[in-house]
Amino acid sequence: MSAALHLAPPRARAKYQDNPATREAPWVRRALLILGLGFFAIFLVLPLVAVFTEALRKGWAVYFASLADEETFSAIRLTLIAAAIAVPLNLVFGLSASWLIAKHEFRGKQLLITLIDLPFSVSPVVAGLMYVLIFGAQGWFGPWLQAHDVKIIFAVPGIVLATVLVTFPFVARELIPLMQAQGRDEEEAATVLGASGWQTFRRVTLPNIKWGLLYGVILCNARAMGEFGAVSVVSGHVRGLTNTLPLHVEILYNEYQFAAAFAVASLLALLALVTLVIKQFIEWRAGQSTTKDA
Amino acid sequence: MASFSLGRRRVLPGFAPTLGFTLFYLSLIVLVPLAAVFLKSSGHGWDAFWAAATSPRVMASYRLSFGASLIAAFINLVFGLILAWCIVRYEFPGKKLVDALIDLPFALPTAVAGIALTALYAPNGWVGSLFAAGGLLAPLFGEGGAKIAFTPLGVLLALIFIGLPFIVRTVQPVLEDMETELEEAAASLGAQRWTTFRYVVLPTLLPALMTGFALAFARAVGEYGSVIFIAGNIPMVSEITPLMIIAKLEQYDYVGATAIAAVMLIFSFVLLLAINGLQAWSSRRGSKR
Repeated sequence: MSAALHLAPPRARAKYQDNPATREAPWVRRALLILGLGFFAIFLVLPLVAVFTEALRKGWAVYFASLADEETFSAIRLTLIAAAIAVPLNLVFGLSASWLIAKHEFRGKQLLITLIDLPFSVSPVVAGLMYVLIFGAQGWFGPWLQAHDVKIIFAVPGIVLATVLVTFPFVARELIPLMQAQGRDEEEAATVLGASGWQTFRRVTLPNIKWGLLYGVILCNARAMGEFGAVSVVSGHVRGLTNTLPLHVEILYNEYQFAAAFAVASLLALLALVTLVIKQFIEWRAGQSTTKDA
Repeated sequence: MASFSLGRRRVLPGFAPTLGFTLFYLSLIVLVPLAAVFLKSSGHGWDAFWAAATSPRVMASYRLSFGASLIAAFINLVFGLILAWCIVRYEFPGKKLVDALIDLPFALPTAVAGIALTALYAPNGWVGSLFAAGGLLAPLFGEGGAKIAFTPLGVLLALIFIGLPFIVRTVQPVLEDMETELEEAAASLGAQRWTTFRYVVLPTLLPALMTGFALAFARAVGEYGSVIFIAGNIPMVSEITPLMIIAKLEQYDYVGATAIAAVMLIFSFVLLLAINGLQAWSSRRGSKR
């Protein structure tokens, strides 16, 4: 996934449109803008608007009534629990993997990077199935788990595991290229001057990667709270117990409670919008600190 | 205490613990579960595997999943390039907002996208009603108009939605980094704008375009949440492959579910290798300039 931080380009007008060699005829420019922005409006803006319109179709009273529901609360709670476990775990993994890959040389590095990317290309449904095959009633540990009365599949641990898997690469994927680009001179200098490994990491590396780190964390969090396919396979859809917010949306929708389904969906859409706003802010801040250094 | 160890190859500490933890966590969360799919699917013999992975209903789902994903990736290739071009090269009001919202399909939970698209394209939805019988655009499709949601066309629309940012976000940085000198040289040699685009700009963008295409395609084949609501899930017509895995699981047919999953995983690996190759090619190209 290419979501790496990049700096804002110089003003397009000065760079391209005032230059006869990189300028298109006005009608070409207009046609491209209409095609591109039209496609953008129909495919991206319209669905977003639809979520909020459908949620408010029956008015604010119905909207808030659908949100202030026992089952919605328990879905919110489970979604927060899953994210609160998955994000820190993958944060620690991301820091460990990127320190290993960016600051050291070893054989098989490229293979390791590919393996870290794997969960991105695995279908979420297959990701969920993998845990059913291990922990489910028919799975490797199924009989043992049943004998000891431990429930993983169709219970909260399974949901957490599935969430951890689908959000696995996010932090590592942001940090590895960033730390590779920064090189290791500063860390080596700190070490030579007598800093311990932990001091080097905290005082030298961390300030350099803080924006990339935060970026990885919010992407990881958005996916953790929004994951549907993988969680759907391992959840068992027990209302009030193993329903996350996206699964709750599905249940309401399939029961033709459209206003309620879209009300809950609008919470998730708001989360997505907040994520995009934070992402813009981080790109702006990262751009600022780079220009200051330059 | 730090020791002066610049003579050795490894200067920075933490190699052994990070290597250990990274491999342990990777194995625990990803590799062992992956192995489970292949071990389980081989555990019932080749015949059972083959029968489950190639039954007619499953074959129909492959055709839909791979076909619709390919078409969606092609459509995104064209419009993603146009959008990236507009964002990098032109000034227009709301450009920052457009640039930010491109990532919406990454951030919006797939189930939300799924029900929103269904609401739009259902016969009584904003867009769907234009094409349904009696709608504004219905006469274009004959008497009864056209149905979008609950057909393969609906699947295609959902896959276009989730794939768009992959193309834009891989092409955009390359386009931003591209120096204008080459285009200036082409223009000074008398090339028309289209000729310059075709022979100078497009070859430079090609690796990024192909990477974006492969990423969008891979994501679309595995996509579940945004598709199942709008697909209608009619057997042999609008069932996607991930849905077949769920259907088999619900019937406790673990052999069938695992066989289909193994087919999808092999496909993912092949695409991942292709994407890695493309990215390596693309960075080599970039460094040559």
